[in-house]
Amino acid sequence: MSHTDATHSNSHLQHHFVDSDQQFDSAKLGMWLFLVTEILFFGGLFVAYIVYRAWNPELFTMAATQLDTVMGGINTLVLIGSSLTMALAIRAAQTDNPSASIKYLASTVALAFVFMVIKYFEYTHKFELGIYPGEAYSFTGIDHPKAHIFFSIYYMMTGLHGIHVIIGIGIITWLIIKTRNGAFNSSYYTPVEITGLYWHLVDIIWIFLFPLLYLID
Amino acid sequence: MQRLREYLLPEQSSTVASDVDNLFMFINIIGGLLLLGITIALIYYSWKYRRKSVEDVTPVIRHNLALELTWTIIPLILIMIVFAWGFRGYMNLRNAPGDSMEVYVTGLSFGWQFTYTNGVMSGSDLYVPAGRPVKLLMQSRDVIHSFFVPDFRIKQDLLPNRYTTQWFQADKPGQHVIFCTEYCGSGHSAMMGRVIVLPENEFNDWLAAEKAKSEQELPLARLGENVFSQQGCMACHSLDGAAGIGPTMKGLFGATRNFTDGTSAVADESYLREAILISNTKVVTGYPPAMPNYSGVLSDRQVDALIEYIKELN
Amino acid sequence: MATLPVLKEYPAQEHPETHFLNHDKSLKSWLLTVDHKRIGLMYLASVIFFFFVGGVLALALRLELWEPARNFMDADTYNRIFTLHGAVMIFLFIIPSIPAALGNIFLPVMLGAKDVAFPRLNLASFYIYVGGALFTLYSMAHGGIDTGWTFYTPYSTTSGSAVISMTFGVFVMGFSSILTGMNFIVTIHKMRAPGLVWGKLPLFIWSLYATAIIQVLATPVLAITLLLLIMERTLGIGIFDPALGGDPVLYQHFFWFYSHPAVYIMIVPAFGIISELIATFSRKTIFGYWAIAFSSLAIAFIGFLVWGHHMFTSGQSELSTVVFSFLTFFVGLPTGIKILNWVATMYKGSIWMQSPMLYAIMFLFLFTIGGLTGIMLGALSVNIHLHDTYYVVAHFHYVMMGGTVFAFLGGLHFWWPKFTGKMFNELQAKIAAVILFIGFNMTFLPQFVMGSQGMPRRYYGYIEQFQTLHQYSTVGSWVLGVGFLLIFWYLVQSLRKGEAAPSNPWGGRSLEWMISSPMPPHNFDYIPVVKHGPYDYHQPIAEFRLGIDDGHSHTETKAH
Repeated sequence: MSHTDATHSNSHLQHHFVDSDQQFDSAKLGMWLFLVTEILFFGGLFVAYIVYRAWNPELFTMAATQLDTVMGGINTLVLIGSSLTMALAIRAAQTDNPSASIKYLASTVALAFVFMVIKYFEYTHKFELGIYPGEAYSFTGIDHPKAHIFFSIYYMMTGLHGIHVIIGIGIITWLIIKTRNGAFNSSYYTPVEITGLYWHLVDIIWIFLFPLLYLID
Repeated sequence: MQRLREYLLPEQSSTVASDVDNLFMFINIIGGLLLLGITIALIYYSWKYRRKSVEDVTPVIRHNLALELTWTIIPLILIMIVFAWGFRGYMNLRNAPGDSMEVYVTGLSFGWQFTYTNGVMSGSDLYVPAGRPVKLLMQSRDVIHSFFVPDFRIKQDLLPNRYTTQWFQADKPGQHVIFCTEYCGSGHSAMMGRVIVLPENEFNDWLAAEKAKSEQELPLARLGENVFSQQGCMACHSLDGAAGIGPTMKGLFGATRNFTDGTSAVADESYLREAILISNTKVVTGYPPAMPNYSGVLSDRQVDALIEYIKELN
Repeated sequence: MATLPVLKEYPAQEHPETHFLNHDKSLKSWLLTVDHKRIGLMYLASVIFFFFVGGVLALALRLELWEPARNFMDADTYNRIFTLHGAVMIFLFIIPSIPAALGNIFLPVMLGAKDVAFPRLNLASFYIYVGGALFTLYSMAHGGIDTGWTFYTPYSTTSGSAVISMTFGVFVMGFSSILTGMNFIVTIHKMRAPGLVWGKLPLFIWSLYATAIIQVLATPVLAITLLLLIMERTLGIGIFDPALGGDPVLYQHFFWFYSHPAVYIMIVPAFGIISELIATFSRKTIFGYWAIAFSSLAIAFIGFLVWGHHMFTSGQSELSTVVFSFLTFFVGLPTGIKILNWVATMYKGSIWMQSPMLYAIMFLFLFTIGGLTGIMLGALSVNIHLHDTYYVVAHFHYVMMGGTVFAFLGGLHFWWPKFTGKMFNELQAKIAAVILFIGFNMTFLPQFVMGSQGMPRRYYGYIEQFQTLHQYSTVGSWVLGVGFLLIFWYLVQSLRKGEAAPSNPWGGRSLEWMISSPMPPHNFDYIPVVKHGPYDYHQPIAEFRLGIDDGHSHTETKAH
């Protein structure tokens, strides 16, 4: 699609762009840049993780045993599945198939909810044990003076990731509504495509978080 | 040049000072020449090539490889000289000689405390012998502070969670001001002290006298006076009624204190004890909640002694 | 397919009846505008307001320092004021000053585009900035903040002042900066007019490009750092607080990883303005176009590797200190090359000493001092003595104020006729520039001396030996104040009854001078086509006004 025909419905073309290609390229580059900022945003937390792990390697091994690998593993599969349905939704939007697109988007939202529910059970279980972030930490099962810092990092990383999942649910729900109203077709599906990029990033961050936090031996 | 150096920099009172100063002056001279050259060019070109008419035609000069290489390579050489010189000086500043006398330094809001290896303590004033390297093992009790002696050209932050070190050797007896150079709150600029350099024999006498003092069974009020000075309390609390970062100690005992939460109380023994140990539960109106907690720092006997001493100031 | 487009000259309309300022006068059309020029103007008004606030705070500080002990405020007030002065000047004035205000107005125009790539995002980033600013004002009203603009732990986790609302405000403003940066990068990549290849970009655009890269890469790290600091205060997560097992030096690494590159967010756009001013008022091809363009990118890149030079005395390892010092000198090199390129551009030029050029010359002098004293501070052994003294204060004011503010003023005067359509009183402008120059040097030169003599910064009281120098500095601050008032006066006069500006008062060659003053609502009513570089003064001016009809048929006019 080297040259979108300009006479085709141009209702989505904003006045300051010369043509749809330029608009699409711009949106996509903008999204990539946004993803870069997201990576750096999480990067700060990864650095904190690396620094504390380098200083207290034994703590990370001990503390990781408190994290539920099965639940984390299921969540990893759930998110990978949601990335797949997201990709299929984009494909459907590109091929002028809005009903399939809605179906896949809805599955993505559903999987995201499953992820959050599992996360909810993980968090409540920890709270029952007294594993809170920061000063409220009262768990005595880990014999290390800095155990609370591991869990602070854990809560910061997974919490921030969780917020991104919730934002994703919001955006994808909005996409479902727009798709139902017939906003997207093969010549204009930019929002679906760039939301997909965002969703894959959320997925990838989790794929890093899971082994770093849960699978330490 | 000598006089310029003496104007720009404090006296050279440590063994490392002259090397630091020479580099300082070297950069000033080279920098001054560069600045002069650029300024002359700016003024000369502005006048020489001033616009004569709106139709002026200017030549197209986009590059000049020789010129560009020159002004890349010469600065490169200069900055490498500066780096190497600074590096050498820095290593010298960091590596204390093996035979250094060690002194523990504690920074606290807002004062300095020095502990000698024989147990003698001193508040605000660091006594050292002339002609001997002194290594400071430094730690902060609360926030970050920084120990700066301009006359020695030394500076190092004090951290609350680990020791940092620095060293100096002063060859001549004299007094030198200590500043705190890491911002630490209300009393930051008042967090001063002195390094008092004594001839070796006088220093030994001082150390022995202090040692003897601390071993005597002092009356409580005298012990209180010592604790008051060793803990650096006078950085914030005056003894003569003058206002400071904290209230004066003069006439404190028995006075009615008004607190920021609207309550008030009479300053009796129990109040003073609480105010020293868990200092910011009640903050006196007009003062910042700046005092560190002394719970776990002072023994019961030391607190008793401080209270006796404050009583005596009435 | 359409026939080949016809290339023809589009002369600017002089003194147009309708332009972007008056085509819709309702308040709503301003507040909800997506026009980059109007957004830029709203930014400009905001940054000037905050410059005024920060300036008044600075005058108060200087007045307090007239006396070694208390003059008219107590230590806590002083500490709050110096913190606010720093935070307001950095986060509310200088970071948005050139990119978000002047850059917003001129970047799309200089690219031959009708707007930035994401106009609504642009408006959003303005309101995010306003939101962050409101948090800052809220913190001022609720006890202020006394930690210094660096928010060092553990002081910031224990201080009783409004740390959370202040850091949250800065956190929010960070997103505004990120969004502006993203918008600019995409605009520069995707929205250039036909023929405007990378090698023909005005150097101001190159500098905004380098700045935008830093904004996008560095600001998220500030955001996460401040978020961690807020969590530290609310939940006690213990990453930075030594009382809870954390490490305060780690905070400093996090903080300076953003805040050192942020220094280049502040100064690199100024380089861009100076390139425009020197070339335009010398009416000469810029010397070393690529050297200047790439040195901005080099500074942006090396700027990420030198954050540790703020921490030579912090207790970081000696090895890191040495490495950071070594790398620091490599920022000096491209910076020096730029200065010499500018001087070489003036050689055999046709120099027209109008007020913007006067600012450029002053910039070169002041910024050279700022740069050379930076070399001084990079030298390890000397840094130990000078760190956290007034020498550092003087150094960064020479860079930030003598550099960025003088360039900002140069740019403001340069482009003033373009976006207001009015000329200002040139004589008064020159007088004000000279007053500022004298006042600036009077204020900050003594601070170099005080600093090397050992006067520490952030000091409410000081020992009497420094009083004379402090008093010189205070008098200098009043001279500066007078200079700024004069500028404010004649610019307001210019708005009220200034002579109407022609479209190209300075004889520039880049695209903004080829359209009317003030600019038309959509910048170009045609598709501009670029044939020559922006500094090709030897080419006939008619060839800089070429364009093709844009009608409504979007033919072969891809921008790249």
